[in-house]
Amino acid sequence: MSQTQNIAPAAQPQPSRPCVQRPGMYIYDQYDQRIVDERVSQFRGQTQRYLTGELGADEFMALRLMNGLYIQRHAPMLRIAIPYGLFSSDQMRMLAHIARQYDKGYGHFTTRQNIQFNWPKLETVPDILADLASVQMHAIQTSGNCIRNTTTDPLAGVAADELEDPRPYCEIIRQWSTLHPEFAYLPRKFKIAITGASRDRAATLVHDIGLRLVRNETGEVGFQVSVGGGLGRTPMIGQTIRPFLEKQHLLSYLEAIVRVYNLKGRRDNKYKARIKILVASLGMDTFRVLVEREWGNNRDKLILDQAEIDRVKTFFTPLPYDADAASDKRHEGYANNNDDFARWLKYNTFDHKVEGYRGVFVSLKAPGIAPGDITDKQMDLVAELADRYSAGLIRSTYEQNLVLSDVKQGELYPLWQSLHQDGLATPTIGSINDMICCPGLDFCELANASSIDVADMIQRRFEDLDYLYDLGEIRLKMSGCMNGCAHHAIGHIGILGVDKKGEEWYQLTLGGFAETTAELGQRLGRAVSKDEVADAVEKIAHVYVEQRIEGEQFIDTFQRIGIVPFQERVYADN
Amino acid sequence: MQIIKNRQIIEDRWQHIPDLTDGVTTDTLPAGDIIVPFSLWQSDKEQLLQHSGGLGVRLNSDHDVAEISPDLSHFAIVALQFPSFRDGRSYSIATALRQHYGYTGELRAVGNVLRDQLAYMERAGFDAFEIDASQTIEDALNAFGEISVKYQTSSDEPLPLYRRRA
Repeated sequence: MSQTQNIAPAAQPQPSRPCVQRPGMYIYDQYDQRIVDERVSQFRGQTQRYLTGELGADEFMALRLMNGLYIQRHAPMLRIAIPYGLFSSDQMRMLAHIARQYDKGYGHFTTRQNIQFNWPKLETVPDILADLASVQMHAIQTSGNCIRNTTTDPLAGVAADELEDPRPYCEIIRQWSTLHPEFAYLPRKFKIAITGASRDRAATLVHDIGLRLVRNETGEVGFQVSVGGGLGRTPMIGQTIRPFLEKQHLLSYLEAIVRVYNLKGRRDNKYKARIKILVASLGMDTFRVLVEREWGNNRDKLILDQAEIDRVKTFFTPLPYDADAASDKRHEGYANNNDDFARWLKYNTFDHKVEGYRGVFVSLKAPGIAPGDITDKQMDLVAELADRYSAGLIRSTYEQNLVLSDVKQGELYPLWQSLHQDGLATPTIGSINDMICCPGLDFCELANASSIDVADMIQRRFEDLDYLYDLGEIRLKMSGCMNGCAHHAIGHIGILGVDKKGEEWYQLTLGGFAETTAELGQRLGRAVSKDEVADAVEKIAHVYVEQRIEGEQFIDTFQRIGIVPFQERVYADN
Repeated sequence: MQIIKNRQIIEDRWQHIPDLTDGVTTDTLPAGDIIVPFSLWQSDKEQLLQHSGGLGVRLNSDHDVAEISPDLSHFAIVALQFPSFRDGRSYSIATALRQHYGYTGELRAVGNVLRDQLAYMERAGFDAFEIDASQTIEDALNAFGEISVKYQTSSDEPLPLYRRRA
């Protein structure tokens, strides 16, 4: 990285438009806005000092990472926060603007519900952050050894299986963790996820802290707290540290956990520095004693007031739904006459808690496109469709798709037409072709193997939609290296790229899941070459089809018959 | 030597006594104000209490703060080590000293103390900073005012923002 370049002049301003924040999402007040504005100025100064050589590369690295900026294989990569995956059409338009103005016209949605840009120039990053701040966005703590973006159920607030909307607590945690002075230099990154539903669409049990809204025997709603989950090189499932935590103690308890971790977590080896290693080495009982002792110091000092919970909840109150929406059944007629629409309706939409409405998955898994990628034009289109059909709100999902959460059923057909036209209606949600995939060797300097082209090879094997649907729900997750950004360890089928003497090989695991409880996948056997991956996945699917009994999904069959029949088939020729 | 104290550059008179491994004993202590390693305090507490100058203690980032807490009243300064700016333990040690043990004396950051960490250190409870030799001390003063909003409680702010929002 040249240090002689001058910092770019304050860039051409984004065409000014009023930032209309939407009911249904958190809206900044003067304090929230001042923080992101001041953060931009601070980072502009830091970048300037780096470019003039005043600030060393190592010191700048820690600072830029805490603003989401990596220096990657080909160019810097900037990861922008989408707190708990909820954003507005105006914010999406700004992302499209950034893709056009500072990047190569596309972005990549991640499993942390954030978006990454792979080609910005370092000296333009302060301008990008300023543009983001103008629409109440930022890149704060999207990387670095600090508390990262809190993630949640992408169907929060509209899912039928929800006990309570987790998003107010996500926002409260966002504020508590943002620029927390004590926790900016933790041993390693720290991830928190929350769910309020019975099905865990946020994979909370593979997070450093997982929070699950539960009701206790007396009827009170609070949090079940798990700790020590995580993927990466040493995948582990989180264990319950506290079966029920009253809401008023949420922040003091989080603070106690993170403080114990900050003081006791290993700092001598970055591969052993996550909290899961600390919890495993101490044992949960000892770890719990340390946390509860620490909690005793602050539990009465840091109370989360009900008034604050109520204030934040007002931002997430249900939208003014149309009581007549259920009487409009035009979508049924269209579905009878159009197989493509009917398929999409069945696979890419989901039940809404309000009759007459459906939630819609906007698929970012078109064949031949890297999973999670989206162009600037598609971003603009999704923004427009969100305005027209879904209250101007968009969600990003752990599975690297988008969601329009509040669509009237009578308007599904024209929405589908627009999505279909622009490659955003691939009707494969929940199927093997809806895979999670990291950027791999093509973009990431950590990767050992490419993942995007392998994803493409697999998707081509399952092009036949009837066959794909017959296979039902199969969660395939593929990471290009042991860091496991695509969470392969909890894939029903997991694929891990490894480097063997300069060649790309792929290690398969089967039977991982995290949708209710969680379990790590079991290793199938020796790694296979790149050419063999799609074959192996196809053979695995064959075994399932042959062995399943009525009503069984892939994961059920796997749990019943075990890994051996799959091993015998995949390695039959050896 | 110049340090920053309460956001001002001042001339500092305190002398650091190196760690015991360097063969230091209480017999060879200089006169005047001294900051001794915690290990020396543990071994030679009685002699150190006879020292005529001011007394401070220096903790490494892996020390358990509970061990020093009963003795805090003897020290005018507690110095906390940053072996690397990436080692964040002393932020939590400072927090414990200020908020749990009620320490009100000088809390001094020593070691790899750099401009861009000063604001967080101050929030955690530090009021004095021995700035790393690689830094410009005048420029370091600019670090404190960069972020004016504090969402969360810390040693410098007893109330979370949600109790202070206008």
